[in-house]
Parts: sequence; C-alpha cells; structure tokens
Amino acid sequence: MNMSDLVFLIISAFTVASALVVVLSRNIIHSALALILTFLGVAMTFFDLDAGFLGLVQILVYAGAVSVLIIFAIMLVMKSDPKSTNPPVASRDTGFVGGLLAWLVVIGLGTAIGLSRWPSLPNAPEGYDAVADLATLLLGNYVVAFEAAAVLLLLAVVGAIILARGAEKS
Amino acid sequence: MIGLNHYLLLGTALFGIGLYGVFAKRNAIGLLMSIELMLNAVNINFVAINRFLQPGAATGQLFAIFVIVVAAAEVAVGLALIISIYRQRQSVDINDFNLMKW
Repeated sequence: MNMSDLVFLIISAFTVASALVVVLSRNIIHSALALILTFLGVAMTFFDLDAGFLGLVQILVYAGAVSVLIIFAIMLVMKSDPKSTNPPVASRDTGFVGGLLAWLVVIGLGTAIGLSRWPSLPNAPEGYDAVADLATLLLGNYVVAFEAAAVLLLLAVVGAIILARGAEKS
Repeated sequence: MIGLNHYLLLGTALFGIGLYGVFAKRNAIGLLMSIELMLNAVNINFVAINRFLQPGAATGQLFAIFVIVVAAAEVAVGLALIISIYRQRQSVDINDFNLMKW
C-alpha cells in the first residue's frame, strides 16, 4: 500500500463517518456540524482526484455558504430542547424500510461496481490545465447552460426572499 | 491500488447514507441535509469518472459545478419554505406538514 492509497482510505473513512453522524445524531446542531465535516471530506476527495478548482468551490459554496444557511435556519426554527431536535421517524416501519432500501442500493450498486472493468487510460497529457479547460467549456460549448444556471440562481434567491418573508396581505 | 471502483464505492456509501436519512428523519432540515449528502455523492462520481475515464477533459467537473449550482438554489428555496411553514405551524416535523393532504 503506497501513500496515495492510504490518503484515500483516511479521507473516505472520515467522510463516511461524518456522514453517518449527520443521519444518526439526534441533535440537529451536531448533524449540521458533522455535515460541514462531510463537505470538507468531499472537498478533500476532489483534491485527491486532481480537481483542485472543484475542491475550492466545494469549500466555498458548501462548507462556507450552504452550511451557514442551514445553521441559520436551525437557529430560527429551534425552540425546544436541542437533544431531541432531530429524532428518527415515529413509526419503526418507515425507518426499517428506509434502512433496507439504503442497504439494497449500496449492496446492489456496490456489486455492480465491483464487477465492472474499466479501460485503463493514461494520465492527462503533460501541461494539461483543467481550470483553463473548464473555463473554455463553460463559456464555449456550455454557455447556454451557464446562462440558465445564472438565471436559476437569481430566481432561487428572489423566490427564497419572497417565501421566507411571507406574502403581504393586501 | 486505489482506482475508479473505490471512488465509486465511496460515492455509493454516501448516497446510501443520504437515502437512509431521507426516510428515517422527521426534522425537515435533517431531510435537506440528507439530500445534500446524496448530491455530494453524485458529484464524487462525476469527478471520479472524469478523472479516470477522460483524463484530458473537464466535462465531468463541469457537470459537478452545475450540480453544485442547482443544489445551492435548492437549499435556499427549501430552507425558505421550511421557515415559512414554521411560521404557520410552529413546527419543523414533517408529520405536521399535511397542508396538501385532505
């Protein structure tokens, strides 16, 4: 086992463990903090995959903005004892079905992935700049999708403000 | 030797955890967090497949960026909805959200 394998194992163990804390914790604050750790773990995975730009975007957007948004929302809606703010569902059946379904997906997909054989490709050509390529794609072939994403973000922000402020009684 | 399979397995594990959370949580914000986990799992798969099967292009990373954009929009609107419902119902328990049931 060489160094990069060890790094991958540590990162993935960290990511999966903090993701488990997110869904298993009964305290929503702990869930939110573990969610930040999961986002950072995913960002580390991106760095590990030579996608440095995406890792930075992940840290900025998820670990920075989305998590702060979630924590603010928690503070706005939490009134009771924090120890039981994120309980599992009341009916055991729903939780059981959810767990079963999740296991089925993990086992099924895991088996499929384990049986797959991928072509082994050479590494990226020398001097390949992923960020430059990303910029060329974003403002070239995919410029319409880029503009649509911009409009979507604008609409989402305006819609979020209107929803959270509440309709005016006229 | 760590290859594409291991990254895909990591994505699968994260997706399964998120799926379980969507079923097993009662707090609406907890549900949103689980959905974020699933979206992150998809992003890992995009980037891993890009890295191992198309090393000389960045299309997978581009798709991951669009997923991040949509996820950010989704979480903003979702939290605004939750706050708006909380104002009416004084609760974030999804069992109390039966406005559209009859």
